[in-house]
Amino acid sequence: MNGFDAYQLGRRGTTASWVLGGAFLILIGAFFRTQVLQHDKYALQAQTNRLRAIPIEPPRGEIVDRNGLLIAENAPGFSVKLLAPKADSLRAVLQRLSTIVPLDSFAIEESLRRFRGAPYQPVVVLGDADFAAVSRLEEHRAMLPGLIIQSEPKRLYPQGRAVAHLVGYVSEVTESDLSTNRFPNATLGSLVGKAGLEREYDSVLRGRAGVRYAEVNARGRLVREDVGSASLPAVAGRQIRTTIDLPLQRYIDSIWPAGVRGAMIAMTPSGEIRALYSAPTYDPNVFVGGIDAANWRLLNTDSARPMLNRAISGRYPPASPFKLAIGAMALRRGLINFDTHMPVPCTGVYRLGNRGFKCWKREGHGSLDLTGAVAKSCDVYFYQLGQRLGLEAIIQDGVLMGFRDRTGIDLPSELSPQFPANLDYFNRLYRGAGNWSAPATTLNFSIGQGENDQTLISMIQFYASLAGNGEEPIPYIVHPTGATRHSTGLSETQLAGMRRALIAVVEQGTAAASRHRDLLVAGKTGTAQNSHGKDHGWFIGFAPADHPQLVVGGIMEFAEHGTIVAPYVVNVLRRYILGPAEPSEPQIRVLTDEAVRGDSAPRPVQLPDSVPAARPTP
Amino acid sequence: MRSSGVDRQLLLVAAMLMLYGLVILYSAGQTDVVTQAKGVWYHQFIWLGVGLCAAWVTFKTSLRLLEWGAPALYGFSLLLLIAVLVVGTGVGTAESSKSWLAIGSHRIGQPAELAKLAAVLMLARYLSGLKEPPRSLRDLVIPCAIIGVPFLLVMKQPDLGSAIVFIGILFSMLFWSGVRPRLLFMLASPGISLLLAFSNYAWGAWMILCFALLMVWRPYVWESVVVYLANIVMGAVAMPAWKHLKPYQQNRLLTFLNPEVDPRAAGYHAIQSKVAIGSGGWFGTGFTQGPQKRLAFLPEQHTDFVFSVVGEELGFIGVLVALSLFLGLFLILLRIARRASDPFSSLVVFGIIGLWFTHVFENVGMTVNIMPITGIPLPFFSYGGSFFVICCLCLGLAARVSWDSRMSGYAEF
Repeated sequence: MNGFDAYQLGRRGTTASWVLGGAFLILIGAFFRTQVLQHDKYALQAQTNRLRAIPIEPPRGEIVDRNGLLIAENAPGFSVKLLAPKADSLRAVLQRLSTIVPLDSFAIEESLRRFRGAPYQPVVVLGDADFAAVSRLEEHRAMLPGLIIQSEPKRLYPQGRAVAHLVGYVSEVTESDLSTNRFPNATLGSLVGKAGLEREYDSVLRGRAGVRYAEVNARGRLVREDVGSASLPAVAGRQIRTTIDLPLQRYIDSIWPAGVRGAMIAMTPSGEIRALYSAPTYDPNVFVGGIDAANWRLLNTDSARPMLNRAISGRYPPASPFKLAIGAMALRRGLINFDTHMPVPCTGVYRLGNRGFKCWKREGHGSLDLTGAVAKSCDVYFYQLGQRLGLEAIIQDGVLMGFRDRTGIDLPSELSPQFPANLDYFNRLYRGAGNWSAPATTLNFSIGQGENDQTLISMIQFYASLAGNGEEPIPYIVHPTGATRHSTGLSETQLAGMRRALIAVVEQGTAAASRHRDLLVAGKTGTAQNSHGKDHGWFIGFAPADHPQLVVGGIMEFAEHGTIVAPYVVNVLRRYILGPAEPSEPQIRVLTDEAVRGDSAPRPVQLPDSVPAARPTP
Repeated sequence: MRSSGVDRQLLLVAAMLMLYGLVILYSAGQTDVVTQAKGVWYHQFIWLGVGLCAAWVTFKTSLRLLEWGAPALYGFSLLLLIAVLVVGTGVGTAESSKSWLAIGSHRIGQPAELAKLAAVLMLARYLSGLKEPPRSLRDLVIPCAIIGVPFLLVMKQPDLGSAIVFIGILFSMLFWSGVRPRLLFMLASPGISLLLAFSNYAWGAWMILCFALLMVWRPYVWESVVVYLANIVMGAVAMPAWKHLKPYQQNRLLTFLNPEVDPRAAGYHAIQSKVAIGSGGWFGTGFTQGPQKRLAFLPEQHTDFVFSVVGEELGFIGVLVALSLFLGLFLILLRIARRASDPFSSLVVFGIIGLWFTHVFENVGMTVNIMPITGIPLPFFSYGGSFFVICCLCLGLAARVSWDSRMSGYAEF
């Protein structure tokens, strides 16, 4: 055949060499691009291919009291997680796991639900496993593919029930929390504060979750649990130091009568909360590692509502403690001074038109000045003072003094008090100006009844202003949340006069039974009308009266009377100021002695339908 | 030079490729998850033994005997290809195709591999018997028929990868026999027209280019008409032909263009292979240590994607070494083809170059996604008996041709 001479073969051979060389250059170029130029991209893809991120929960910041005593800390704990390729295999492993550690069908379904939500994430099976359970699981590791046991710090509240409403609790972030971004940077499985300080300062306390990587194969099965490279350590949350006095808080918990609902707050005149207690309380430790269904139901269906923080979210008629606010309004408007007597002396009943409004003391107090009227809590005096002020002025000044606003304490879920913004409120409420009686409403407001419900913290704030310089402090546990906005508007001498009147309450007035020689206490009792049952009892006081260091207020539901509350409050004041050695048990008096009975709510002799009765509150 | 010695360069490069292939095949079986690849390197030793025996036999066989027996071998391979269409079975990624001949449940081989070598021998015999190299399309009818029959039978299996290899053999051998490049271009143009028909603009431009080239080259008028008509027909049937393809074939072609189209299914192989190779970097993740392979992200790591293991574990350097060995092998074969003692020998060796080059370029190219995924083995690397034995036969042939040329060649030494 022609064309196979050396020359032509050489030419074709050269062409073939070029073609071969070119083709191999293309291949080498392609590999150079993939392996050298795009190496980082593919190395990253290779990592994400085979690695599953397992979050490392950071230790939460501690919460300590003002002396560094622990309110919330972390204890060593274990969490058990499963990494599964498919829901079916997860179910199988869970079934096997339930034979080793107690795991009910509800928990299995919950785990499966979580898995469907985030299929590539390890599923938390036991949020808080004890050492015995963990060692049993380790023994059976061979039959539990994908088992991940992590040592995780778990939240511990050493004082448990004593601090529940103050500190709140933590639990796993929910999907709705995530979708509303209520907790920035939280991811599925993060523990977040759900109430109290844990909620308020969650961003400080939570820290940042770390991540480590487990290696899985192409079918999603766990191959190696800990791949050291590229893991991100968790950043611990920061400690927060509070203004709380933990021994005082515990003292309140220890003296609080069993079964009684109510709240108590201790605060310095400058606004530092020393104790905040609500009863009934609960154990925040039950939320650690996931609360079980039975406990959750119990907490939420209990008619005593243990989850309600009565100190900031319970609203009660302010009753007699509000008389000081009426007095302050009259003083700042210059309507009276401390020596002013009212035109009608108290005879046990006050006549308004054809209606009679009772004073709590049937036999009457006679003619009193402001100091005496506060000391004896004379309703008739304040009826007339209220009339002199007029309802519009009471509402105006009440709004100015902050009885309509939240105090701004650094706790979530504080409710604002209910107080009318103006007279229109009544027209709306009763659908027309003719349907309600302004004079009767004025009398109700004068003694702290009527359409006026205050929180304990709001009343404490007002009394702190009387104990201090007249400015109402923003209560706070860690940081004040704003500047003072409200003031009583009283002069120094007027404030001193108010304090004298409050001293008289304890020295010779309605709370005389709680008087102690060792400490001069100023305070005010109160009895809030309650149509649901027995009346609620109030007492708010501060001590030492001449140089106040602490304001303490308490409310007990169905206590019938403020004098029941007074000894508790006085003992808390003594404990704080005199130290722990002196008082032992609060003295509780039996309610038989007529003389001990202090004020009581007014009872109209005849009440037309149009006049609302003072509304009871929770 | 020792007159009785085999070609040492060929022996050395081939031995290195076989060793490299075995070592990589061993690594392919080292996984954290049990895969099919476990222990296949051990089986490959058996095939190595069989292959070396086959190579020795062909080395000792006269090329004249092969030239004489080529038609019979070719006919036999066609019979096998027809048989496989009737009783063939599928395996692996090509479960649905009929490419394996089996007795009972024992698969004994892929006739397509034998057909490739038989086609090379048959075409070489035909071309070397001509007085002149083919000068017109009419002269190309018989060579095209020799390749076309097994090509169509393989397409029918369907095995697109092997079919492409036949095309590679045809063009390389026609080129080596002295067919002018413009004639090869005219032969190839309908195929290119078929590919470009999916874009109206590209196809339009292509038709204009064809017209211009035919005007310049001025072949026979009837040739021009036939070529031009064939281009038009190919452009017209492209879409119907596309619809005729099996969905998995469509997917393979589509995912070649964009693997992200379907990353879980058809694009999975393409993406995982590229990730494994890309993560290898300059020096790789270490022999047997490639995480993508170990954790079974890399599919078919002992057969079609064995080269990805090289890329992941030995890095760009390992790839460079492997590709250099292949290039070296081809250049040695080219030298043998140039110095062969007769046209038949020369054409056979060049046909082997065409055969292997198509395999290497297609297989290695698909691991980095510059070629579509067609599933053809990489010579000396991929696990598989029939292809490995055929490769050994080819080596034996080449060594014989080299030996012959040193005894009685007309090329200068």
